[in-house]
Amino acid sequence: MSDAVLEIEKLTITLPPGADRPNAVSDLDLVQRPGAVTCLIGESGSGKSMVARAILGLLPGPRVRVSGGRILFEGADLAAITPRQMRRVRGARIAMIFQEPMTALNPLHTIGRQIDEVLRIHTTLGHADRRTRILALLQSVHLPDPAQLLRSYPHQLSGGQRQRAMIAMARAVNPRLLIADEPTTALDVTTQAQILHLIRDLQREHGTSVLFITHDFGVVADIADTVAVLQKGVLVEQGPAASVLRAPKHAYTRALIAAVPKLAPPPRRAVSTAPLVVEAKRVEKTYGARGLFGGRVTRALDGVDVTLRRGETLGVVGESGSGKSTLARAITRLMPVDGGEILLAGHSVADLSRRQMRPHRRRVQMVFQDPYGSLDPRQRVVDIVAEGPIIHGTEPGIARVQACEMLALVGLDPAGAQRFPHEFSGGQRQRIGIARALAMKPEILVADEPVSALDVSVQAQVLALLADIKARLHLSMLFVTHDLRVALQVCDRIAVMRAGQVVEVAPTSEIFYAPKHPYTKALFAAVPGAQWQEPIPA
Amino acid sequence: MRTGLARFARNRLALAGAAVLLGLVALVALTPLLYPGDPFRLVGPALQPPGGPFLLGTDTLGRDVGAEIAYGARTSLIIGLSATGAAILFGTLIGGLAGYYRGSVEVALMRITEFFQTIPAFVLAILIVAILSPSLFSEVVAIVAVSWPGIARLVRGEFVALGSREFVLACDGLGAGDARIVFRHMLPNCTAAIIAVGTLLIGTAILIEAGLAFLGLGDPNVMSWGLIISSGRAVLRSAWWICTFPGLAILLTVLAINLVGDGLNEVLNPRLRER
Repeated sequence: MSDAVLEIEKLTITLPPGADRPNAVSDLDLVQRPGAVTCLIGESGSGKSMVARAILGLLPGPRVRVSGGRILFEGADLAAITPRQMRRVRGARIAMIFQEPMTALNPLHTIGRQIDEVLRIHTTLGHADRRTRILALLQSVHLPDPAQLLRSYPHQLSGGQRQRAMIAMARAVNPRLLIADEPTTALDVTTQAQILHLIRDLQREHGTSVLFITHDFGVVADIADTVAVLQKGVLVEQGPAASVLRAPKHAYTRALIAAVPKLAPPPRRAVSTAPLVVEAKRVEKTYGARGLFGGRVTRALDGVDVTLRRGETLGVVGESGSGKSTLARAITRLMPVDGGEILLAGHSVADLSRRQMRPHRRRVQMVFQDPYGSLDPRQRVVDIVAEGPIIHGTEPGIARVQACEMLALVGLDPAGAQRFPHEFSGGQRQRIGIARALAMKPEILVADEPVSALDVSVQAQVLALLADIKARLHLSMLFVTHDLRVALQVCDRIAVMRAGQVVEVAPTSEIFYAPKHPYTKALFAAVPGAQWQEPIPA
Repeated sequence: MRTGLARFARNRLALAGAAVLLGLVALVALTPLLYPGDPFRLVGPALQPPGGPFLLGTDTLGRDVGAEIAYGARTSLIIGLSATGAAILFGTLIGGLAGYYRGSVEVALMRITEFFQTIPAFVLAILIVAILSPSLFSEVVAIVAVSWPGIARLVRGEFVALGSREFVLACDGLGAGDARIVFRHMLPNCTAAIIAVGTLLIGTAILIEAGLAFLGLGDPNVMSWGLIISSGRAVLRSAWWICTFPGLAILLTVLAINLVGDGLNEVLNPRLRER
């Protein structure tokens, strides 16, 4: 044990009866060396967050609890100490940051007051000294205008700024161990890169050990010294980051790494010259109240031009708020646009009413991001898939038979057709959503972040399905994503959006090897694990 | 759904409420056998205390209080159920239109809804019955008039929330008409909330009916709990049973309905379910 900061021995966390497995985590051994970044990686449901909660004594007890093993930190077993003793450890010796900093910050107190509180509890500094220290802390996490920020409330900050404030708060007490549970998952890539840099700084300058929980191998490649891979509560592989990432030993690790889309475009056929199926010209969309009090107006689409040729996949990439989802909904006419022209296979649809649009609905279908929200929980799967054709006049009996064929086409067992959406996993639900779109026999598929909510292995399967179906049915696809790795794998051409405008559009390999716009370059530089050379699968 | 039923069954108070309501329904079903004939009939000497040949005593005119309560229960159930049903239909229509079409439709309909909510409920009910002249029908109209705004606001809220859900958008993307989106997707997804709130409304309806009958605004040809209490009020000191038993019946029934309603709410209301 000697020099370890944190030593987890045979940790077992029991789940309540009726859960999908008896233990969230079974017999976990993990050693955290001082000044090192340990990444605990796993897919959803692997139990990785439970480990973090167990260390901090924050398990949702009494039904979920530590039933075996020890968590040794500075000579004490954290699994056995009283809540009062735990409070002295938490915050002072172990700091934590979470995925959504908004929930971890008190919305009614200013940032300055919340950092001040930490200092008051854990240090003996006087009022003036505390203020100086807070300003220094805010500066150290590169927050602009710290004096102004002191008086700001959490909702006035962006997600990235809130996460910086959380890190400043963690730095305030100089903890030995920082536990970071998916701290960058909710952030844009460029912000994510900056936050990862900050965590690295903290670890380098103060010798803080970091237990970093993530699902993203790119992030692991950027930040980890050691890696521990968790599969369904069992630690399957542990070792130095370099060796695990370059030569994974366990089959599960290999499969996970193989499922990460490569950051390089695969060879592609020449740029298509097929006829245009979508032509959007100077499309405008503005959100926000233009009422009595002015209000804030957001230009979600600020004169966007995009074209899509038959059989082509056009990627639309950008950070949150860039207008990429708005573009998807404008082209499918799920929302009215304020200006410009949209041609679907030569028909102008921008100015059509909902009723006039109805006959054109067959041409273009959408696949949504959220596999939980996009299916009606009260409908059987067969009815969900058959609904479109029934609306357009197919006899219901025939539509249901065809729906079952569609389910088979997307790799689902038609025997499940009579079940309800909640009985399916996220990946299966996304397949149902694809089947619903395909049942309309569309010419154009608009996919809005179709794999963003899925685990990496499931993501790979759904992407393969989309590629296969697209080729078989000669579809054209508009693929909206924030994930450049996915975009490179899937798209023939990529349009980069920022603040409602397309800043660059070019064939995929061109945009990857020779990006012209500085923003495109910045985006690619910020992709986690950009320097990482994935192992060639054997 | 099976887990919902199990969760309801774990709530002992709600189960007790359900048992009381079952007993009430059984009483109403068996009334023609237990007390054949008209409850207004004078069957014995006046002011007989309970325990004699008449289990719950007789009133000032010599009518059997037991028979009066049994027939009053029938009135309460009929009015409670029909008024609530009508309030749900009307409230859902108004709230649904407001929540689905939004914009100026919503503004207009919700201002009307709020107008109804600003008038004290019982005063409005009295006013309506007084205008329409007392009858079962006018009582139902009065109760609907005071209870639909709650349902309308609930349904409007649910519809607004559902309108931005992706499955509703997806249905729009398939080219579905308004009717299909509303009846196939939005209504089925808020029935649970409507049922939970509607159950509680039955209790309110029964209370309002009793109040109206007590004030002499009930249907004079139909026996009602409020009417019995009103007739026994003058002799409350000497013949306590005339007021006490129908009073207990109202108390027990409304309490039971509220317990069941709370139990249903806990199981069905999505906002309470996510604890």
